[in-house]
Amino acid sequence: MSGAAPGTSKAAHSDVGPKKKKGPGALATAYLVIYNVVMTAGWLVIAVGLVRAYLARGSYHGLYYSIEKPLKFFQTGAILEILHCAVGIVPSSVVLTGFQVMSRVFLTWAVTHSVREVQSEDSVLLFVTAWTVTEIIRYSFYTFSLLNHLPYLIKWARYTFFIVLYPMGVTGELLTIYAALPYVQKTGLYSVTLPNKYNFSFDYYTFLILVMISYIPLFPQLYFHMIRQRKKVLGHIEDYSKVE
Amino acid sequence: MDALALEATSGKKTTNGAAAAAPAAPAPAQAPVKRKPAKKTKKAVVFFEVEILDAKTKDKLCFLDKVRTHFPSNLFVLSVSDPQWYPARQSIRLDPKGKSLKDEDVLQHLPVGTTATFYFRDLGAQISWVTVFLTEYTGPLVIYLMFYFRVPFIYAPKYDFTTSKHWVVHLACMCHSFHYVKRLLETLFVHRFSHGTMPNVALPPPYNCTYYWGFAAWMAYYINHPLYTPPIYGEQQIRLALIIFLFCQIGNFSIHVALRNLRPPGSKTRKIPYPTKNPFTWIFLLVSCPNYTYELGSWLGFTLMTQCLPVAFFTLVGFIQMTVWAKGKHRSYLKEFRDYPPLRSPILPFIL
Repeated sequence: MSGAAPGTSKAAHSDVGPKKKKGPGALATAYLVIYNVVMTAGWLVIAVGLVRAYLARGSYHGLYYSIEKPLKFFQTGAILEILHCAVGIVPSSVVLTGFQVMSRVFLTWAVTHSVREVQSEDSVLLFVTAWTVTEIIRYSFYTFSLLNHLPYLIKWARYTFFIVLYPMGVTGELLTIYAALPYVQKTGLYSVTLPNKYNFSFDYYTFLILVMISYIPLFPQLYFHMIRQRKKVLGHIEDYSKVE
Repeated sequence: MDALALEATSGKKTTNGAAAAAPAAPAPAQAPVKRKPAKKTKKAVVFFEVEILDAKTKDKLCFLDKVRTHFPSNLFVLSVSDPQWYPARQSIRLDPKGKSLKDEDVLQHLPVGTTATFYFRDLGAQISWVTVFLTEYTGPLVIYLMFYFRVPFIYAPKYDFTTSKHWVVHLACMCHSFHYVKRLLETLFVHRFSHGTMPNVALPPPYNCTYYWGFAAWMAYYINHPLYTPPIYGEQQIRLALIIFLFCQIGNFSIHVALRNLRPPGSKTRKIPYPTKNPFTWIFLLVSCPNYTYELGSWLGFTLMTQCLPVAFFTLVGFIQMTVWAKGKHRSYLKEFRDYPPLRSPILPFIL
């Protein structure tokens, strides 16, 4: 799902209340800064690629092809973030981050890449745009946080843009999966039927439908979690200005 | 000695005076009372004062003076007029955020001055382990049988109430059912639980049941499917699998009995388990938690017997979970017993 859930706990720690960070060591911090800078740059490349392709073609359609490779590269690279949590240099939950990243990777590879026919759909542009803007803000947020030099604008953007980007991304994702359904059913993509010697079966079509259904309980939880985080992180700043 | 029931009025007002010795339902009162033999000295007897506060609101729930030194702390069972506050859900502790005191803790040995302050916390509704296990295990038993008998709406209508033509499917049903019947009987007659109830009643039972029931349905669906494919190596494979399965079932049962015999009825003592005359327990020489080892073996046997990938998944997931439990148990053995045999591994000899 297009979201910015992982790392919010980190944000809450470093910017709100007493600094109880027992954060990463110097080497880990250096590595993380490089990682986040590279990711910010990568998603900027995707953003620029989208804009240039739009200007060149003059239409929204089929922009996916112009950024297909960097999208796959940088979105897949985010798997490293699960490792960061597992190793402990990032104070987020492995499960939450894992879930977040794998859902993105799933959409990138198991849906968009695998079902060629949906690649020209406008819904793809919808979620790619949402992801791009979200990730640029998120990775620059992490970069600045690590350098202890976070401009309020970035913090504000991180905790505000999601209000529009999250639903936008979710819509794009759902529409894309929905568009893929008939092709999956027709070709039996990634499906295994009985009888076979392992006595196992898997219907990718049904699986995709279940994935779509799972958005119903999951999306509101993540969304309202971010809203609560926003109140916590941005809320008290307004109080200070009231005091003055 | 009976559990000392302290009259706590609706929990908000303070009560002074000596405790009323009305026996409350002594759920934690199986604790051995560490009554030291009365010293016949002329020394003044030291009394404690005890106050019990609510851990969250810090309201004084009750106050006692003249409490004897060797008074087991966890027999402070608050007897409130509302029966929903049964003893098992009461937690008495030294620190509001700390761990509960054990039933056997004695006032004299706790780090308190002559005025002891305890905090009371409500643990929430409790559910007994027996109830949990019975629910968890009855599900798979019944669900599997539903698939075995091909109850309508599972498979295509023309297969309703038919039986499989493969004899291994009948064998698998017998093994699976035997396994869960064994578990139910063990829960009722063999196991001795150190805690009567399971904490956090809201959380585990739905998850545990989903796990057991869900996997049972998933496995049963394929094994009893009209298009089921029997094992490649036929009778040889099935026979070997059955031997492994039965061997491990007997082994698992032997371990449960051995563990039960370590603990006298009604007690919560913990001892190092050792091999007994029963050869199936000789594995204790190499493994801390052979019940899990045998359980793994049983499911490997079942996987081999049915040659079914979902069964293999179930075995794998179970193995991961049991390894986590075994490692935890092994660690607490090592912590508790200085002379714990060093040769033992948690679950797999020499490996894990």
